[in-house]
Amino acid sequence: MARKVSTKRKLVMTAIAWTLGFLIFFPILWTFLTSFKSEGDAIASPPVFLFFHWTTENYTEVQSRSDYVLHFWNSVIMSVGSTLLGLLIAIPSAWAMAFSPTKRTKDVLMWMLSTKMMPPVGALIPVYLIFRDMGLLDSRIGLVIVLTLINLPIIVWMLYTYFKEIPGEILEAARMDGASLAKEIVYVLTPMAIPGIASTLLLNIILAWNEAFWTLNLTTSRAAPLTTFIASYSSPEGLFYAKLSAASTMAIAPILILGWFSQKQLVRGLTFGAVK
Amino acid sequence: MATTHTRSAARLMMAPSVILLFAWMIVPLGMTIYFSFLRYNLLMPGMEEFTGFLNYQFFLSDPAFFAALSNTLLLVLGVLLITVIGGIAFALLLDQPMFGQGIVRILVIAPFFVMPTVSALVWKNMFMNPVNGLFAWIARSLGFAPIDFLATIPLLSVIIIVAWQWLPFATLIMLTALQSLDEEQKEAAEMDGAGFVSRFIYIVLPHMARAITVVILIETIFLLSVFAEILVTTNGGPGTESTNLTYLVYAQALLQFDIGGASAGGIVAVILANIVAIFLVRLIGKNLEA
Repeated sequence: MARKVSTKRKLVMTAIAWTLGFLIFFPILWTFLTSFKSEGDAIASPPVFLFFHWTTENYTEVQSRSDYVLHFWNSVIMSVGSTLLGLLIAIPSAWAMAFSPTKRTKDVLMWMLSTKMMPPVGALIPVYLIFRDMGLLDSRIGLVIVLTLINLPIIVWMLYTYFKEIPGEILEAARMDGASLAKEIVYVLTPMAIPGIASTLLLNIILAWNEAFWTLNLTTSRAAPLTTFIASYSSPEGLFYAKLSAASTMAIAPILILGWFSQKQLVRGLTFGAVK
Repeated sequence: MATTHTRSAARLMMAPSVILLFAWMIVPLGMTIYFSFLRYNLLMPGMEEFTGFLNYQFFLSDPAFFAALSNTLLLVLGVLLITVIGGIAFALLLDQPMFGQGIVRILVIAPFFVMPTVSALVWKNMFMNPVNGLFAWIARSLGFAPIDFLATIPLLSVIIIVAWQWLPFATLIMLTALQSLDEEQKEAAEMDGAGFVSRFIYIVLPHMARAITVVILIETIFLLSVFAEILVTTNGGPGTESTNLTYLVYAQALLQFDIGGASAGGIVAVILANIVAIFLVRLIGKNLEA
């Protein structure tokens, strides 16, 4: 039963939690605020928090100097493309493992998980050389392939845990009532599987968007997604704080919003169903 | 319900993902192992020759390897220490009754969604910069000399940045576990006169044990391969002070073009990660049966 909590205690907790939460969030807030400052205000000492001349010129500057939109689209294409491709490959297998398990299903799942644990440096050199010889370095296609493969185990696992929650009896009942396999899939399975597929889609777009080992090593300019593009600010150009902030804000905003919607799935996806 | 017909269909449906993952695992790994036994430098094409374990001998006796190995372990342990303790503390705090809990939760989770290159650069320039950074300003206003974080304490700086990124993950998992704890169990203990500390040690902590293990193991897997944060902040320097194994292999392969040596390093990293992975697979495997 819910206990009565004194308002005073509740207020104290609220104050502590909000303060700490604000501190954790502060770097993001600061980046957001700085993106609207002039370069002079951005490095002002003492720093200016809210009362400065707000400007959006950094955003237009970033675009005109470095074709920001190109890199943004690269990120979109790669994260969405690799996730859709991954789903296409993973849905049949997760489906088979959930509804027609064999003695070895568990071993296969475990083995898939273990591929995720191989450190990327173990594969970096051959992949780099193969990509170089095939002309796939700095190409969107190459990166979509790699991102699909590195996230495939997570996609299969997440789908598997969701599919397993669909009771097989419902499908059997549909079959008894004379539904064909096609009807079974379209009218019975899909409506029940969609939420799980959507969560998997969301989480994997986030993971692919933020992936920063393969993207940094396999792309340089043409196909560079935002991770690589932002990394180019580690040169002295990064000292233009306002522009760095504008580029960063645009790079994290879409995924931050998606992320806030997928908190629960995040736990489940990243722990491979071990914590729900 | 499975007939022979559906069973062979199931096998067919599993084939693409199994074959792809198998190829993805075995081909690069096999090639890395093969390269690790060659004298192979991209600057000297056509000069490849078999050298046995020479690459391993060089890599393992390189002082940079010991620096990288200890940095890797320090980085993993440092971040784990901060995020696990911080995560438990935050989870306990967020579990208390308060106003606007959902909003605080959103604020705390946010850093996890920031891409590594952005968080590293924001921290490097806007917080840790010894001239224009916020920390420098705070130090100066308090009358101290500003610290040049990335030059004097590079590894600790990287640990702080990475811990900031992973604290939300730990908090979220711990909170999820905490919220599945039966409220009545706590109340019963309270009525029996258990204080906050003994309730925490005897009821809350055992309940969270599994979540803590999961956090430790999953973070370890990812933290062994931290790369972007080092690349954009310190480039592994000064010297090798913030070089971890991943970065060392990267530098050897793509900056010095020593494919043979880097491959040997890659294999060493794989072996190290495997030791951790064995524990994780055991743990999750147990859960799958339950």
